[in-house]
Amino acid sequence: MINFKHATIKDTISSLKRGEKGIIGNFSVDQIPVKLQEMGCLPGNEVQLIQLAPFSDPLYLNINGNNLAIRRETAVLIEITKIV
Amino acid sequence: MSKPLNVALIGNPNTGKTSIFNLLTGLSQKVGNYPGITVEKKEGSCKLPNGTKAHIIDLPGTYSLNASSADEQLVVENLLSRNKKDYPDVAVVVADVENLKRNLILFTQIKDLQIPAILVVNMADQMERRGITLDVAMLEKKIQSKVVLVSSRKRTGIGELKSLLEDYQNLPVSATIHLADIDPDYFDRLQQAYPTQNLYSLWLVVSQDVPLEKIDEDLRKANTYSARATPEIKRLQQKETIARYLFINRFLKDVYQADASKATDWRSLLDRVLTHRVAGYIVFFLVMLLVFQAIYNWSSVPMDFIDESFTRLSEWTNNHLPEGPFTSLLAEGIIPGIGGIVIFVPQIAFLFLFISLLEESGYMSRIVFLMDRVMRRFGLSGKSVVPLISGTACAIPAVMAARNIENWKERLITILVTPFTTCSARLPVYLIIIALVIPDRTIAGFNLQGLTLMGLYALGFGMAVFSAFILDKILKNKARTFFVIEMPAYKLPLPKNVLYTVIEKTKSFIFGAGKIILAISIVLWFLASNGYSDDFYQAEEIVRAQTENAQLDEQEMTTAIASYQLRHSYIGIIGHNIEPVIRPLGYDWKIGIALVTSFAAREVFVATLATIYSVGSDEEETIKVRMSTDTNSRTGEKLFNFPTGISLLLFYAFALQCMSTLAVVKKETNSWKWPLIQLVLMTGFAYLVSMIAYQLLK
Repeated sequence: MINFKHATIKDTISSLKRGEKGIIGNFSVDQIPVKLQEMGCLPGNEVQLIQLAPFSDPLYLNINGNNLAIRRETAVLIEITKIV
Repeated sequence: MSKPLNVALIGNPNTGKTSIFNLLTGLSQKVGNYPGITVEKKEGSCKLPNGTKAHIIDLPGTYSLNASSADEQLVVENLLSRNKKDYPDVAVVVADVENLKRNLILFTQIKDLQIPAILVVNMADQMERRGITLDVAMLEKKIQSKVVLVSSRKRTGIGELKSLLEDYQNLPVSATIHLADIDPDYFDRLQQAYPTQNLYSLWLVVSQDVPLEKIDEDLRKANTYSARATPEIKRLQQKETIARYLFINRFLKDVYQADASKATDWRSLLDRVLTHRVAGYIVFFLVMLLVFQAIYNWSSVPMDFIDESFTRLSEWTNNHLPEGPFTSLLAEGIIPGIGGIVIFVPQIAFLFLFISLLEESGYMSRIVFLMDRVMRRFGLSGKSVVPLISGTACAIPAVMAARNIENWKERLITILVTPFTTCSARLPVYLIIIALVIPDRTIAGFNLQGLTLMGLYALGFGMAVFSAFILDKILKNKARTFFVIEMPAYKLPLPKNVLYTVIEKTKSFIFGAGKIILAISIVLWFLASNGYSDDFYQAEEIVRAQTENAQLDEQEMTTAIASYQLRHSYIGIIGHNIEPVIRPLGYDWKIGIALVTSFAAREVFVATLATIYSVGSDEEETIKVRMSTDTNSRTGEKLFNFPTGISLLLFYAFALQCMSTLAVVKKETNSWKWPLIQLVLMTGFAYLVSMIAYQLLK
């Protein structure tokens, strides 16, 4: 289910709290490495925040069933719609 | 006999590709470097059931054919070189049963190159426990290839894989996706530009972030087809990736089911502790403490044994072989030289035992996750932590440990700054000088000598971090790299893999860096045991004449002669000649000799001074007494006074006084450029700092 209350604000992966999930929306293709896309970071796929390192960076995520960590500088570039 | 079959092992990192390689080849494997770059080349061979020999090439772990590191670039280049001898007849793509979907992306890429490919699904023994079911027959139909379930833990499936390799010619080479469907305009134009080439191969060449050089000549021409990394190319790459996922998703649900509730309990529990912002660091600290203990304390037992054995062997050779230059070369040059290589084996073995355990268990990724933010400030990576900490034991294994860092710039910086950390060879030098010049007093409950030692450790670490910060600003990055690390499942390490890693790293040190160490030891031996003057050749007569009235016993006489000889050997002459250079630092020619000889290893400093002061044994107390009473012939003051002592401590803290480090950096960076830069900068900096300190304190 999509929470429409949040859908109007542009959330990115970096606004997820621990345990929260979202659906990946748009991102600029030339800023996100192909490698990350190949690991499942594509529009429409689900992302969940598993853990945050101190200073909230890097972020430990589960994207489309893959567990991986990315830096905050990348996470802020990927829009999501939060799932409640 | 027919020509051997070339088999390339390809797969994502953490899929157990290495285990499969080990199972296929056993100990018949060779590890080398690809020419010109520092990517490990692993190859081996195995016999197939019908007697054919298979040449197995273990390509570096890669997530995709869109290269983002030197390792990955090598994989792509290998697969685009039909005319080279390592071009695979058949590819074995290793996938891990838990991440099948992502692993299949790479598989479809390999297939689209029209290379016969077999899919190995590894860790098949985990399927039941993780609630996974897989319809192999259906999967084979969908991907138009053969699938083998393998368990490297239980060693099943390898026989089946070998039989399939025999039959590789029957594997279909059909493509999985059709690029022309993604964007007909673009791809038709690309194909028309190079009509004889495979379209996907062309696209790979055109779409890489960096040009591919080591590929077939016809394909290489496509490097200039268009500008790199344009938004258009990136957009097409995304479309291609989506097309691959669509291809996979179309059948995956029918052939592969996973019960998510079974899979995650263990993992999330461990992650909750190991990546926790407090508990995670405590565990990390304890693990590092253990590693440090092992390389610092546990390895001292075998190291002492090695040291003693080589000393004995050297004595035995001296006593039992006829006297002459050859015996001297053997007993004082070659044997100690080899001993100086073997002495590092326990530390290297212990460090790589732990690193391999950390990697295999999946914990290493968690360390990187925890440390990345802190290390990034200094141009390092989360992965630089292990080399920097193990550098406190010895820089040799530490520099080798930097191999795990994929990003070349971060790896180079780690290699360059690691020798600043206080290694165990500096300790004997520090201890004796601190004992001489720092008063044994207590200030505010702390022993002044202990504080100085701690300060030196802090200084080394601080300098490493500071120079990393500077290098980060200066060095240019070869390729734009992003930080994406996989957080793999926790696994029990396979003893065989751990053992092979330890053997392989130890071997690569002995045969790589070892050669250089041996060569320099022989040069140093030659300089110390030869001279040109009468003083050197008639040392015995001269000393006997001088000490006629002193009534020395045989032991004292031998050491007095050795001392006189060393002073007049080439090394002694070098020591005398560099005195003007090191005078501003507060050193005399005796320290000069010790500086030169301790290039073999820092701790030799103490042994050299022992010889110069003609102390028979390197009994620390006696040397200390001699050193403390010696005077500087020019100033008439005590030689080892406070300013000289501090100057020496600083010099040893910063200078690259270690030929083994140079040798290992040469090996790891594959050029003399970096070790020489390191030598000049570190030693130059040490000179400057020591001079300033001496001049201010004097």
